[in-house]
Amino acid sequence: MIADFGFFALLTALMLAVYGCAAAIFGYLRKVPKWVGSARAAALLAFPLLTLSALSLVYSLVSLDFQIEYVAQVTSRSMPLYLRATALWGGQAGSLLFWSWLMSAFASAVMLRDWRRDRDLQPWVILVCLATLGFFLSLILFFENPFVRLWQGTTGTVWTALWQPGGAQAYLPFDGNGLNPLLRHPGMIIHPPMLYLGFVSFVIPFAFAIAALVTGRSDDRWIRVTRRWTLVAWLFLSLGLLLGSRWAYDVLGWGGYWGWDPVEIAAFMPWLTGTAFLHSVMIQEKRGLFKHWNLLLIILTYDLVIFGTFLTRSGVLSSVHAFAQSAIGPMFFIFIAVTLVASLALLSKRWQTLKSDVQMTSLLSREALFLLNNFLFISILLICFLGVIFPLASEILTGQQITVGPIYYETATGPLWAALLLLMGVAPLSAWRASTARTLGRAIWKPLIGSLLVVAVLLLNGMRHPGALLGFWLCAYVVLVTLYEFWRGAFARQAKGENFALALWRLVARNRRRYGGYVIHLGVVLIAIGIIGIEFFQQETQGQLAIGERLQVGGYAVEYKELAEFQTSDGRLVDRAVVNVYRDGVFVRELYPRQDFYMESRQPMTIPGLHSSWEVDVYVLLVSWEPISNANATFKLYVNPLVSWVWLGGMVFIFGTLVAAWPEREAELVRLPARARGLPAEARG
Amino acid sequence: MKILSLLPGIILLLAVYAGPAAAQGPTPSVDEVNAIAKNLYCPVCANVPLDACGTAACAQWRQQISDLLIAGHSEQQIYDYFVQQYGPGVLATPPPGGLNWLIYLLPPAVVLLGAALVWRSLAAWRKKKPRSKPATTGENKYSKMIEDELKARR
Amino acid sequence: MAEKEVGQTSIWGRLLAWAVLLGLLGLVAIQLGRSQRGMLTRGEPAPSFTLTTFEGTEIGSEDMMGKVVLVNFWASWCKPCEQEAEALQTAWEQYEGRDDVLFLGVDYVDTEKEALAYLERWDITYPNGPDLGTQIYYAFRARGVPETFIINKLGEIAFVKIGPFQGLEELTAVVDRLLEP
Repeated sequence: MIADFGFFALLTALMLAVYGCAAAIFGYLRKVPKWVGSARAAALLAFPLLTLSALSLVYSLVSLDFQIEYVAQVTSRSMPLYLRATALWGGQAGSLLFWSWLMSAFASAVMLRDWRRDRDLQPWVILVCLATLGFFLSLILFFENPFVRLWQGTTGTVWTALWQPGGAQAYLPFDGNGLNPLLRHPGMIIHPPMLYLGFVSFVIPFAFAIAALVTGRSDDRWIRVTRRWTLVAWLFLSLGLLLGSRWAYDVLGWGGYWGWDPVEIAAFMPWLTGTAFLHSVMIQEKRGLFKHWNLLLIILTYDLVIFGTFLTRSGVLSSVHAFAQSAIGPMFFIFIAVTLVASLALLSKRWQTLKSDVQMTSLLSREALFLLNNFLFISILLICFLGVIFPLASEILTGQQITVGPIYYETATGPLWAALLLLMGVAPLSAWRASTARTLGRAIWKPLIGSLLVVAVLLLNGMRHPGALLGFWLCAYVVLVTLYEFWRGAFARQAKGENFALALWRLVARNRRRYGGYVIHLGVVLIAIGIIGIEFFQQETQGQLAIGERLQVGGYAVEYKELAEFQTSDGRLVDRAVVNVYRDGVFVRELYPRQDFYMESRQPMTIPGLHSSWEVDVYVLLVSWEPISNANATFKLYVNPLVSWVWLGGMVFIFGTLVAAWPEREAELVRLPARARGLPAEARG
Repeated sequence: MKILSLLPGIILLLAVYAGPAAAQGPTPSVDEVNAIAKNLYCPVCANVPLDACGTAACAQWRQQISDLLIAGHSEQQIYDYFVQQYGPGVLATPPPGGLNWLIYLLPPAVVLLGAALVWRSLAAWRKKKPRSKPATTGENKYSKMIEDELKARR
Repeated sequence: MAEKEVGQTSIWGRLLAWAVLLGLLGLVAIQLGRSQRGMLTRGEPAPSFTLTTFEGTEIGSEDMMGKVVLVNFWASWCKPCEQEAEALQTAWEQYEGRDDVLFLGVDYVDTEKEALAYLERWDITYPNGPDLGTQIYYAFRARGVPETFIINKLGEIAFVKIGPFQGLEELTAVVDRLLEP
């Protein structure tokens, strides 16, 4: 019953999406606004329908209706209530429904804004949003339907169908498979929603960009309208990536947080173009430059989002090969190919009208540096894309299966990240239009000296690694430049009579985007510090310990104290070790690395014992493929310096984005009689 | 011809199993094995480095590394052996040769090309004379007036 | 973006960009097509390959011509493979004397020590060798172990078995049928 209801709501939503697309085009071609209004209504209606559809699936999950195949796949009796609800995005079909629901939510939100100034853009925004929504809904309906149920024929075979086949009875498994144990971690619960929120919200700026292209507009209206969307989309995507890393760190059990897995890269690539886009649009707003860049970047972001959505389907992490081998791989490919070619053709057609007539006078001006910024991000993107596509190409062209591992990505992109850090410290000091080496130099030299002092301190303390020294130097430099910007602005206001704290507050409040952006830059630097620490200075060791024996590395020692074995109420068999952590011989604390064995899915999961400090993370793992007993157990010990700064940087990120995105009181559109404005007669009424 | 290509592998195998031959090293520590296993990928599971893989097969391969180390083989010889046994996909970086040169050469080429294009753009920008305004096709000139007014009020 | 002179450079630039884009899309499309092909099916010609046994003998396509060839992919770490090991060996002993049947065991991604131990444990006497570079496995588009492909005298795939054989009869029935004149 509920499944039927959910299915019909889904089907109706698809029909609305198709109708909306047709109505929008028809309204545009015939210049009849009523049809566009109807399309808008269709878009608005899709949201409550999909909400009902998603709710019916969630209800089935929570009530453990195992006749529904999806419920049997991702839930089980032993799962607690909240996990059953979040199993909505625990499998392919459910996560596609979840994505569609988010898309309809955002499309509706866009429909509710004030369109009076943008009537010409409206049909195309509706079209793009509904076409994307329609694509995902048709994937669900034709390929991955979460509402198919299990039926058993007279011969005993079980198969899936939407409605009761003749001669078959409902098949109700006693228990479901349960959610993949890897997904039962809090980080993994909110990581997919965050990521999908980021993905979906980038569709809106893209929709406006296409609308601007189709209607031939060469101004930046579409950018200013979607400015906050872009910022919020970027925030969610960044958070999604950070949460994913945190989850990997906590649960995947190899002491790291980013493996340069093709699936991770697929979610990372839209972030690269999205960040470039975020910066580049500022130039178009201020100076009317980079119009081609911005359109290109948002088109790339959109198609990378679609690509990333498929590859990062909730559930088991898999590879690009899974994309190829699944049934919906070709559908995604066709959609991406068609949208990419169509958008680029549109851009190509409008190329000449987008040329700006502005001049740039200096190589060191802010515009030039932003061009450099775009170039660096695109280069990193191309390198990542090459790494993902190369094994495919190699297999086709030479028949050889090769792997492109982390070393490639780290070596190839490392210098580019360093260049970006440097830019973060130079661009804020450069001026619009013109900046000479001298003016820039005058602004730079103080933070530069300060950062070199930091390097000197590090050298004195024995650090010799050249990469780390360079990295820390850049980080220190950027922090000093950014803080200097805050100080400089507040100081200027203070000179007019405000006290410093008030000056600072007002400064940020009046220039939220700029100073929020600076706070985000500080967050990025903190993340960079954490990454430098763990990438260059991580130490690890593995060893078998009897009770009382110690394992040591890098000044830290871990002593095996005892083992407890017990069963939990949610179906796990747990081996929990108690270890003492010592630093230079002094007791620090106890940690409890454990192995959870999920009995129904027969999958083990290793949860590390983690001791975090600002200086270092001590990370202890029970090695699950060696025997674990009271007599002997094998442990892996990682010492990860500075990694906590990554998570701290993430929080500063969030704070900075909130500052930047906080609504200001905008100039309101006020209706005035035309004659009062002195407009020519033709324009009135 | 095929035998010749198998020769290195066969020799390695014979060296390992034919008993104490030339230099026999001491039993390597787990960390030493892991240091090499880090640079290899599990041939069966996707994208899992050999030192982090928990399957019985991976344990056997780590044991193989250990045996090869005991027999005195160098790190590079161990990598070559694994490539010969399981194909080039086990290495974390593609072995240079044939098409694989592209993965080494394309990134710097892309960066240099991009840098050259940026340089050209900047140079052209500076020399540019102000063009006449592009035709504002499809734009209502009054909406443009309004846009400009609103911008000025910002 | 920079103002390029409208004309030659711009046209060539655009052509190049489109060529690269379409080339990439084409590459992905080809790979998609191949992956969607699925397993080798009955009637398709069997890939030719050379297997070098653990003892060093080379067995190539010349040795397989005109014979019914059973190619079995296995590994010592593969638990289900053990279920069919006995059946395979018993079947081999039945056909061993004939000169038109050949059983080949292809060891997938395995270590030699464990592989030889496995063969000894199950008393397997038909030719077995490591799949060097995993090439034979990929040529047969196999997706896991154990998988068995039976090739008829004309060199075509006649039977594909995914997973272990459930009994001796399942195996011999197929081979006997292929041996009929």
